[in-house]
Amino acid sequence: MQPADKAKTGGPQLILRSVGKVFGNDVVALRDVDMTINQGDFLSLLGPSGCGKSTALRLIAGLSSPTSGILDWRGPVMGKADIGFVFQEPTLMPWASVFDNVWLPLRLQGVSRADAKPQVEEVLSQVNLTGFENAVPRELSGGMKMRVSIARGLVTRPRVLLMDEPFAALDEITRFQLNSDLLTLWERERFTVIFVTHSVFESVFLSNRIVVMAAHPGRVFGEMDVDAPYPRDETFRTSEDYAHLTRKASSLLRSAMGIEGEGGDDHVLH
Amino acid sequence: MSSTEMQGHEAVMIDAEEMRRARQRKMEKTGKWLLPILIMCVAIFMWDRICVWNEIPRYILPRPGEVLATLIEDRGLLFSSLVNTLKITFLSLALAVAGGVGLSVLFTQSKWVEMSFFPFAVVLQVTPIVAIFPLINIYVDNQTTKLLLCAWIVAFFPILSNTTLGLNSVDRNLLDLFKLNGASRWQTLWHLRLPASMPYFLGGLKIAGGLALIGAVVAEFVAGASGLSSGLASRIIEAGYRLNAPRLFAALILISFTGILIFLVLSFISNRILRRWHESALTQER
Repeated sequence: MQPADKAKTGGPQLILRSVGKVFGNDVVALRDVDMTINQGDFLSLLGPSGCGKSTALRLIAGLSSPTSGILDWRGPVMGKADIGFVFQEPTLMPWASVFDNVWLPLRLQGVSRADAKPQVEEVLSQVNLTGFENAVPRELSGGMKMRVSIARGLVTRPRVLLMDEPFAALDEITRFQLNSDLLTLWERERFTVIFVTHSVFESVFLSNRIVVMAAHPGRVFGEMDVDAPYPRDETFRTSEDYAHLTRKASSLLRSAMGIEGEGGDDHVLH
Repeated sequence: MSSTEMQGHEAVMIDAEEMRRARQRKMEKTGKWLLPILIMCVAIFMWDRICVWNEIPRYILPRPGEVLATLIEDRGLLFSSLVNTLKITFLSLALAVAGGVGLSVLFTQSKWVEMSFFPFAVVLQVTPIVAIFPLINIYVDNQTTKLLLCAWIVAFFPILSNTTLGLNSVDRNLLDLFKLNGASRWQTLWHLRLPASMPYFLGGLKIAGGLALIGAVVAEFVAGASGLSSGLASRIIEAGYRLNAPRLFAALILISFTGILIFLVLSFISNRILRRWHESALTQER
């Protein structure tokens, strides 16, 4: 393996140490989750519904606090502008223009419209939405709404971008396009991405590491590196490598779900 | 109909079904205006004929022409009364907006406040205003204040309950996003809850507009106001005592038209505010 093939990631940025979450109704959402997220990782949390991957993301975002265990952030102290969050739905304010929606995180920090303008315009051009500043969400397609949502997540130049199944509701053509655009952005900016998905294909295409989770109770089942070079374009989707890696991820996911499958020998069990 | 659609009509053959549908739409569009006007005209004509055929005396049921004549003849008196009624209506509506929105904002700031005070608002709403008025009459001296208070009690509840519902009907994810960005309570209210509650508030406002007018008229009725500074309700009572049926009808018509006008104006305002983003104000696309 040549070093150039690997994604260039830094040291640990966040370490989860036996993190658990129990909800008020005694549902164990997460049990003893250990996970290391490196600086610049594109890490996918892959698992069936009910495996607590969204809960894990909310814990990392600080939207909820763990019942047990700790989240050990390394490096500079994380401020509220250092985490971007993209939801499954675009979650835009329907009354506000595209510009105002993207401006929101800065606005909440007291940045005026004029001061925010260069940043908002730059991030909008990064998601290919230049010229749509004054449109309101209902005038946009589903894919464009999601682009606005991503732009809003990135406008504060966060060090970590959390994405909760952001493309699950989109059609395949749009999803592929957004996958590629997101990768381009990530390769250029190298923020850390934690990406929740239930799609094996999506996780292999995007990430350099996949953490597979199992349900009842939610826990980390296994982990695999996606040893394929970046940049990855559409030709990667049809390559041998891709086929091999998806097979590997698939079988890992199947074992996590308790289904016996082929090729279950080459994954790292925790 | 847009111009592209028009071009489409010329360029593409349309099957019989679509043609029938287009014709239907066109007829419905004109019918929406034409039919009520037509029926109204027929009703007025029948009213006139019934008066003539049965030789009903004018102090029982005046002919429509007579009512119209009275409306023009007594316009000075009637319109100055209308202005008085309108003053009470709009002032009480403004107070209802301030009170309703203010209280609902207070309610959303704390579940405890809502739990404690919402029942009182309901009690105020469900008790008939005519039953409360004698009390108001005892405690309040000023005539205008009495009427205002009365109309306010009637009008404020729809605004309160609708706005409270709206302020609480906020996308949970957006609330999370605000939390994530460290938004203050005030910022969440101003940038998220208030705009999100706009459609609900405007719905409440439309109801409250009509209720404020009803409140103002009813208040005046039970107050038994008289004199020059009084409103349309007093004109009706007066006309009733004097068996002046034409004036009674004229005042009544003036009140209904005012109610319709208030509704139309508020609908228009609501449409203007919501037309870019809310489903209720969008033009139907098939």
